[in-house]
Amino acid sequence: MQKALRETVAYTASPPSAGPAQAAHPPVDAPPKSDGSQAARSVQAAVTHALAALRGNAYGLAVGTLGLFIGIVLWHLATTHSVDFYVNFANVPPPVQVLDALIRHLQDLRFYVHIQVSVQRIATGFLLATLLGVLLGTLMGRSRLGRALFYPYIEVLRPIPAVAWIPLAILMWPTDEASIVYITFLGALFPIVINTMHGVEQAPEVLVRAAKSLGASRMQIFWHVIFPSALPSITTGLAVGMGVSWFSLLAGEIISGQYGIGYFTWNAYSLINYPDIIVGMLVTGALGTISTYLVRLGARPLLKWQRKAR
Amino acid sequence: MTEVVSIASRVSAHETLRGSAGRGHIRIDGVSIVFGSGRAAHQAVTSTTLDIRPGEFVCILGPSGCGKSTLLNSIAGYVRPSTGEISVDGEAVSGPGPDRGMVFQQYSLFPWKTIRENIAFGPKVGGRSATECGSIANTFLEMVGLTKFANAYPAELSGGMQQRVGIARALANYPSVLLMDEPFGALDAQTRLMMQESLLNIWSEFGTTVVFVTHDVDEAIFLADRILIMSASPGSVIADLKVPLARPRSLEVETSEAFMELKRSCHEKIRAESLRAFQQQAQ
Ligand SMILES: Nc1ncnc2c1ncn2[C@@H]1O[C@H](COP(=O)(O)OP(=O)(O)O)[C@@H](O)[C@H]1O
Ligand SMILES: [Mg+2]
Repeated sequence: MQKALRETVAYTASPPSAGPAQAAHPPVDAPPKSDGSQAARSVQAAVTHALAALRGNAYGLAVGTLGLFIGIVLWHLATTHSVDFYVNFANVPPPVQVLDALIRHLQDLRFYVHIQVSVQRIATGFLLATLLGVLLGTLMGRSRLGRALFYPYIEVLRPIPAVAWIPLAILMWPTDEASIVYITFLGALFPIVINTMHGVEQAPEVLVRAAKSLGASRMQIFWHVIFPSALPSITTGLAVGMGVSWFSLLAGEIISGQYGIGYFTWNAYSLINYPDIIVGMLVTGALGTISTYLVRLGARPLLKWQRKAR
Repeated sequence: MTEVVSIASRVSAHETLRGSAGRGHIRIDGVSIVFGSGRAAHQAVTSTTLDIRPGEFVCILGPSGCGKSTLLNSIAGYVRPSTGEISVDGEAVSGPGPDRGMVFQQYSLFPWKTIRENIAFGPKVGGRSATECGSIANTFLEMVGLTKFANAYPAELSGGMQQRVGIARALANYPSVLLMDEPFGALDAQTRLMMQESLLNIWSEFGTTVVFVTHDVDEAIFLADRILIMSASPGSVIADLKVPLARPRSLEVETSEAFMELKRSCHEKIRAESLRAFQQQAQ
């Protein structure tokens, strides 16, 4: 976990390379004109753009699809032949059955209730983690006292996996709901704190000096220099935190509660309804991916300057 | 914003362009600067006393590591002198402030702000209204010839353009002193020459005091009224030379007899000093 985290930090710290789609842009966007032929031309340009991007990605897309297809075929063969070579496929449902179950559930309102409950827990836990995480991370990155005070807590508590918190969480919080949200919150908190702290620390000194010489106060330096320079790192923290909060949530839902996609998955196992296990897993994966993408999408307008690099 | 408004505000801003003239009297009085303490103590600048007149263009010339930036940073207020005092227009320097604009070598624009926002930053944090900030930004965008790039981000501009924005941003506060730390040091030779000429144009319009750090002898002579040569470890001013070249100057001046003469004398002083430092180290 820690290693992955550091790698993502390093990834965003390096300047973003312009993709093939961006390279085609002129350095400065011409002011948009609103006459018809111009509009038609810009639509045409956009289409050419999209096609070029697609062609650039076509190779990756083709290989990816082929790989997935091979995987599904192997899965199918392993289950239909009941392969039992250390790993036992005898009780694993074949892909067709899983697809069947998935389609059935997608037409069932109760399934959406599970999804809705999980998404709500994620939203609450993640939002709280974002507020507290950015605040703590900023304090730790900017103030020596803040760091001395909070860093020991973060370092001691961070390696404890969400699952280990479950018994105590159940004892501490008045309701199951609160304990599940708490665990979700904890999962997201640490990546956000750590990435915010590093981002805030790494604000270039020359920019702080420039702002001082231009007459900026401490607060103005924070809002105009420190915070924007930490934003790419904070965004990474939020994206990683979103992923971690999903697997914390699942752990929580498996142990307690009557709703949620984690509960659905575990319940399918208890009821010997094996295709549903895989349905639950796939839906969890999809929700995790979508929500992480939404986090990055939400941060995009604030990071526009980064993608404009030559 | 309508064109009429922007032209009107530009005119009024131009009237105040020379507002900094007559200000910018820098006094450096017995300043020495020591980094660290005890065994690790390192003297970067030794007892320096200087008087820089309002509107003067002064170049600080010297080899790498001789304390040029340290001396400049102490005028800027980033570094506190260990002894002595610095004042600007009679007021003791106690920290960085908008009366002393700073231009760095590179990468000092706010990457998340557009060129316009970068230039308007000083007036904005100084509490000026949005309209005032806008007209000041227009004035300075025009002055450095980057109006077309107002809404671009710094990363979209070449190194030379970025430095022009850096100069415009510092001047947008109408500082009495402009401090420049090897501002053209990272540019290619061609761009560098162009930037020197355009800096002189801006300065002649502005009349502010300029303290310009460089290790390039040609650059120092071309730009300055007065050259201060610094010696290496411990850093101190060993020569204070007047530049007898008429203004306005263009690049042809670099082939004149007076230019060559001064260049020879600068090189001689620097060589003698390097030799002394070398012998000192050998002992
Ligand atoms: N913050 C600092 N702490 C310790 N030593 C420093 C610091 N800043 C500069 N120095 C030292 O002071 C000397 C002068 O540095 P500087 O003023 O940057 O030289 P120049 O700008 O002429 O190249 C160098 O030996 C440098 O290592
Ligand atoms: Mg220097």
